[in-house]
Amino acid sequence: MLTYILFALVIGSVYALLAQSLMLSWGLAGLVNLGLAGFFAVGAYASAMLTTWGHAPIPVGVAVAMLAGGFVGLIVCFSTLRLRDDYLAIVTLGFAEIVRLVASNEVWLTGGTDGISGIPVLVPRDAGIWFHAGSLAIIAAAVAVVYLLLRRLLRSPWGRSLRAIREDQTVASVAGKSIVRFKAQAFSLAAAIAGLAGAFYGHYTSYVAPDLFQPLITIYIFLAVTAGGNARPAGAVIGAYLLVAFLEATRFIAELAPGVSAVQAASLREIVVGLGLVLILSFRPDGLLPERSQKAPAQ
Amino acid sequence: MDAVLQALINGIISGTLLAVPALGFSAIFAVLRFPNFAIGALATAGAYCAWVVNVSLGLPIPVAIFAAFVGAGLAGALLEYGALERLGRGGALMKAIGSLAMGMVIENIVRFIFGNDLQAFDLPLARDIVFGPIRVGPQQLNNLVLALVIMAAVWAFLSLTSLGRSMRAVADNPDLARLKGVNPRFIALVTVAIGSGLCGIGGTLIGLDTAIDPLVGGRVLLSVFAAAVLGGLGSIPGAVAGAFLIGIVEEFTVLALSPAYRLAVGFIVILVVLTVRPSGLLGSKAN
Repeated sequence: MLTYILFALVIGSVYALLAQSLMLSWGLAGLVNLGLAGFFAVGAYASAMLTTWGHAPIPVGVAVAMLAGGFVGLIVCFSTLRLRDDYLAIVTLGFAEIVRLVASNEVWLTGGTDGISGIPVLVPRDAGIWFHAGSLAIIAAAVAVVYLLLRRLLRSPWGRSLRAIREDQTVASVAGKSIVRFKAQAFSLAAAIAGLAGAFYGHYTSYVAPDLFQPLITIYIFLAVTAGGNARPAGAVIGAYLLVAFLEATRFIAELAPGVSAVQAASLREIVVGLGLVLILSFRPDGLLPERSQKAPAQ
Repeated sequence: MDAVLQALINGIISGTLLAVPALGFSAIFAVLRFPNFAIGALATAGAYCAWVVNVSLGLPIPVAIFAAFVGAGLAGALLEYGALERLGRGGALMKAIGSLAMGMVIENIVRFIFGNDLQAFDLPLARDIVFGPIRVGPQQLNNLVLALVIMAAVWAFLSLTSLGRSMRAVADNPDLARLKGVNPRFIALVTVAIGSGLCGIGGTLIGLDTAIDPLVGGRVLLSVFAAAVLGGLGSIPGAVAGAFLIGIVEEFTVLALSPAYRLAVGFIVILVVLTVRPSGLLGSKAN
C-alpha cells in the first residue's frame, strides 16, 4: 500500500511538471498547447535513447530532454504565432499525433511499438521501497525548483509582459513589446518543462512506448490546471496532485461497478475525465486558486 | 505511370470522402468561429448510427446515411447547447478545449456501447471494376457519387434557400446579420446541426469503404483540419478544394513512403501552408 501511494505521488509529481508547463504557455501567455503529450514524449525519448543506448549519465539525458523539448516547441510554434490562436491549437494537436506516429514506425530510432525498456533509473531498483521514495524525492525537488523559478519569472518584467500580451496584444505591442518573441520564449520554455517531465517519467518507469503518450494525457493536464487555477504555479501543482487522487479514485469505483468489462471500465473513466474538464471549465473556470491581480511596482 | 494514375484516382476518391466532413468543419468554423475538435468523434457517432440502422435493423444504405446525418447532427447540436455555448464566454479557445474533451467523451460512449472491435456494414461483395491497368471498387464509385450529391445539396442549400443565405450572412458579419433581423443563435444551432450531420455522413462513407471502430473519425481528423486550413479556415469551397488536394497528396505519399505516414502529410501541409500562405489557398478572411 505504501508503494502504491509513493507510486501515485511520483506520477502526481510528473503531472505537476506538465501542469507547470501548461500553466506557463496557456495560463500566462494564453497559448493553447494541445500537443502537451507530444512534448512529454519528445523529452522521454530523448533521455531514454541517450542514457539507454548512448550510455550517457542521467543528468546529461535530462538536460538534453529539456533542450529537445524546447527546440521542438520553437519549431512547432514558429509558423503559427503571427496568426490567430486557433491555428496553434490545430498545429499542436497534429504535432502530438505525428510524434506518436514516428515513435511507432521508426523502429531503428525508437524501437517502434515495443518502445525502449531497461532505461537507467534514478535510484537502484533493488532498494525496494527506497527506490520509490528516492525517485519521489528527486522528482518532487524538480517540481519545487520549477515552481520557484516560475514564481520568480511571473513577478519579473518578463512575466508581466506576457500577461499584458495575453490580455491585449495591440496594447502590448504599442507599448513596444515584441509579441512574437515573448510568445515563442514562453512556448518553448513550457515545452522544455514538458520535456523534463518526460525524461523523469522514463527514468522512473524505465520504459517508454508510443502508447504511453496518448492525447488523453493532454486532457488530464488541462483538467489539473483548470482545477487548480490556470495562472498560478501553486494552483497547477495542487491541481496535478488532486488529479492523480481523482484518477486513482475512479479506478476503484470502476472496479466496484458490476457487470462492466475492462474496456467499458476504461471508457467510463475517460468519460468522467472529459465531463469533469467541461464542468470545471464552465462552472469554475478560475479554479481553486484564481489569479491575483498584481500591483505595478513602485517606481 | 500506371501506379501514378491509380494513385490519382484513389486520391480523388479519398478526397471526396474527406470533403464532406471538411465541409461540416468549415461551416461550423465560419459561423461559430472556433475549431470544433469534436468532429472526429461526431463522425464516429454518425457512422455507428448508420451501422445500427443498416446491420441491426436491416435497412438499406441510403436510410443508414440519413440516420448518420440526423444522429450526428443531433449530437453536435446538443453538444453546442448543452456544454460548449456556456464556455464561449471564456473565448474561442475555451470552446476548442471543451470540444476536444467532449469529443473524447463521445468516442468513449461509443466504445462503452459497441466495444473496440471492427464492425463492417452489410454490403454485397462486388468485384473491382477494371479499366485497363486501373482498378476501382464499386463501393468507392458509389461513395464518390454519394459524396458529390451531398456536396451539391449543401451548395444548393447555402445559395438557394433563405436559411442558407442567412447562414452565409452570419458567417460574413454577425452584427450586420443581426441588424437585418437574422437570429444568430438560431443560425448557429442550424449550422452546428448541419455541420455535425455532414461529419456523421463522412464517417459513414469511410466506414462503407473500409470498416468502423471507435477511432474511425479520430483517424481522419488531421486530414480534415489540413483540408480546411489549406482552403482557408471557414471557406466552404476552400474546404472542398483542400480535401481533394490532401486526398491526392496523401495517395502520392503512400507511393513514396510507408503508408503509416499518410497522416503526417496533413500535418506537414498545415505547417507549410501556414508559413507560406497563412490565409489558405482560397481564403482571405483569416487573421
